[in-house]
Amino acid sequence: MLLFIEQCLNGLQFGLLLFLLAAGLTLVFGIMDLVNLAHGSLYMLGAYFAATFAAWTDSFVLGALLALAATLVVGMALEVVALRRLYGRDHLDHVLGTFGLILFFNELVRLVWGPAGMSLSLPMWLIPPVEILPGLFYPTYRIAIILTALLVALFLYVLVMRTRLGMLVRAGASNREMTGALGVNISLLYTLVFGLGAALAGLAGLMQAPILTVQIGMGENILILAFVVIIIGGIGSIRGAFIAAILVGLIDTIGRAFLPDLLRLVLSSRGASTVAPAMSSMMIYLLMAIVLVLRPEGLFPVSSK
Amino acid sequence: MKRISIAASAVLALAAGPAMAQGKSVKIGFVSTFSGPTAVIGNDMRNSFELALDHIGRKMGGLPVEVIYEDDQQKPEVGKQKTEKLIQSDKVDFVIGYIWSNVLLASLKPVVDSQTFLISANAGPSQIAGELCSPYFFSTSWQNDQTPQAIGEYMNQKDVKTAYLLGPNYAAGKDMLAGVASTYKGKVIGEDLTKWPDQLDFSAELSKVKAAKPDALFVFYPGAAGVQFLNQYVQAGLKGQVPLYTAFTIDSLSLPRQGEFALGIPGAQAWVNDLPNEANKKFVADFKAKHKTYPSFYGAQSYDAANFANSAVVAVNGDLSKKDAMRAEMRKANYASVRGPYKYGNNQFPIQNFYLQDVVKDAEGNFTLKTVTTIVKDSQDQFHEKCPMKW
Repeated sequence: MLLFIEQCLNGLQFGLLLFLLAAGLTLVFGIMDLVNLAHGSLYMLGAYFAATFAAWTDSFVLGALLALAATLVVGMALEVVALRRLYGRDHLDHVLGTFGLILFFNELVRLVWGPAGMSLSLPMWLIPPVEILPGLFYPTYRIAIILTALLVALFLYVLVMRTRLGMLVRAGASNREMTGALGVNISLLYTLVFGLGAALAGLAGLMQAPILTVQIGMGENILILAFVVIIIGGIGSIRGAFIAAILVGLIDTIGRAFLPDLLRLVLSSRGASTVAPAMSSMMIYLLMAIVLVLRPEGLFPVSSK
Repeated sequence: MKRISIAASAVLALAAGPAMAQGKSVKIGFVSTFSGPTAVIGNDMRNSFELALDHIGRKMGGLPVEVIYEDDQQKPEVGKQKTEKLIQSDKVDFVIGYIWSNVLLASLKPVVDSQTFLISANAGPSQIAGELCSPYFFSTSWQNDQTPQAIGEYMNQKDVKTAYLLGPNYAAGKDMLAGVASTYKGKVIGEDLTKWPDQLDFSAELSKVKAAKPDALFVFYPGAAGVQFLNQYVQAGLKGQVPLYTAFTIDSLSLPRQGEFALGIPGAQAWVNDLPNEANKKFVADFKAKHKTYPSFYGAQSYDAANFANSAVVAVNGDLSKKDAMRAEMRKANYASVRGPYKYGNNQFPIQNFYLQDVVKDAEGNFTLKTVTTIVKDSQDQFHEKCPMKW
């Protein structure tokens, strides 16, 4: 039972991390109608910035905050310099343009930081595990990720649903021209939204950095999962992204944790160990396929324009 | 004066060019990973290989050596394509390298079918030691199962009653887990293979290990994955609870990033940087002088591969058409290997010692590896009987 709770926490932690990445993606896709494949590059940049700043300042928290600000700035600059030219064009142009940006950022990182990758070490107080239930020790840092991501989710909800800025964002999403005609500076709004998305991706990257290592191309695999999340959740819906991310995280982790043992009942031990990783990664895509068949708009579709 | 010397060297270069082209050279294709997160391994192999060539004056049997480096991107299909290019259009005399067993398995056939010598400087899949063995394939590393077999023996010596095994789901991962299981006499109470190379978060597997409460955890995570695994193992609070035993997870490339976490974690190796033979002292000292870091076992095996190929070319005085004579010489392993002398089995894999390595700090405070003891002497892989080749 403890094992099951622990695996659910693992799934939740992974899911919330996916949510941070997917929230930015779904905001940009849903509100600005821009397919941004370079979102994973911002995730990577967040991790590289954090590793660099943490080394400079000798403080993990300070490094993380600076990295967050730096990704926000890079995101806004990217929107002004490059992505602005892609609005209103075909989605295929977006894919081509932002794919080019992935290559650009990978090479840039190679030039600046070298090919070897970096590591971001945790401060001592985040390393030893804590006892959250009697007999259940869980890594402190993973708890910190869960709490941070929940706070961010709450912040996003309040920002989008309860503030004037959020109202403008929602208005811009449902009718861009009308909002512009009412005197709202749409291009500034878009720059802000994109910057926010970039900062969220950076946050996901820098939080993942101490668990994994910081390396070139680290955002590419996880970006695929983030796309799966926004497809399941409904494009443009933050609430959908939240639910879908946790769903995907749980299914992935629980599948990896228990599928091998289930398969061992029917297959040989070696065979089960070989098949299980492949099957558990298939389950997420299976879920996506089922959702696409039953609810092509996703679980929480944003009302159409 | 300066101009004249430039002009003179230009004339010399022009004069020398055609002469070189007319003379024969030894062409070597070197396939490894030079891009992506594991490029550090490929670079270490290239640096060591280049150092070996410098040590022999960049000549083999009087012929100049020409090396073509190809990047397999850690993908079997890319490795195969690059290998075919080396064979068909570059017409190389040796193909050397290969970190990954799955890449080597995909690339084997085009090389041995064209009767070109292939020297694996790392990967040693069980299939090539057994039924796929070839008179054109040699290894200067080991068969995958051998190193974990040695660790399995060490776990017996430490009286480990129950063990959990973890590794990546590809050819080498399966070999490594099978290797430990074949010599370890205690009970294997759990075993998981993880998705390779894209799964880097091991939270689910570590939770299972914690719940299973084994006496020991064996892992095989080469390259960057070893850094990630060790980080998460420590963060999960397993260090101090479940002792870790490793194969190819802690090496001099990953150590700078593993640091303190790696202290006290044992591993097995056929080569460690402090082995006390002359060839090794020269290799390690010159490598450190040139690159300011310790060489890795990947590098040591590549350094050996260059000297090994050299021994074959020297034996036939540069007449590369005498393939049978070259093979006869190679089977003697008649060169100064940095691991010390070893022999070849009928499948042309080394019969060699395996050492226990430990992590220590050197005089300058850098983390490095140290030989503790010899775990097994003259170990031969368990697949050589499946190889029909006899000599």
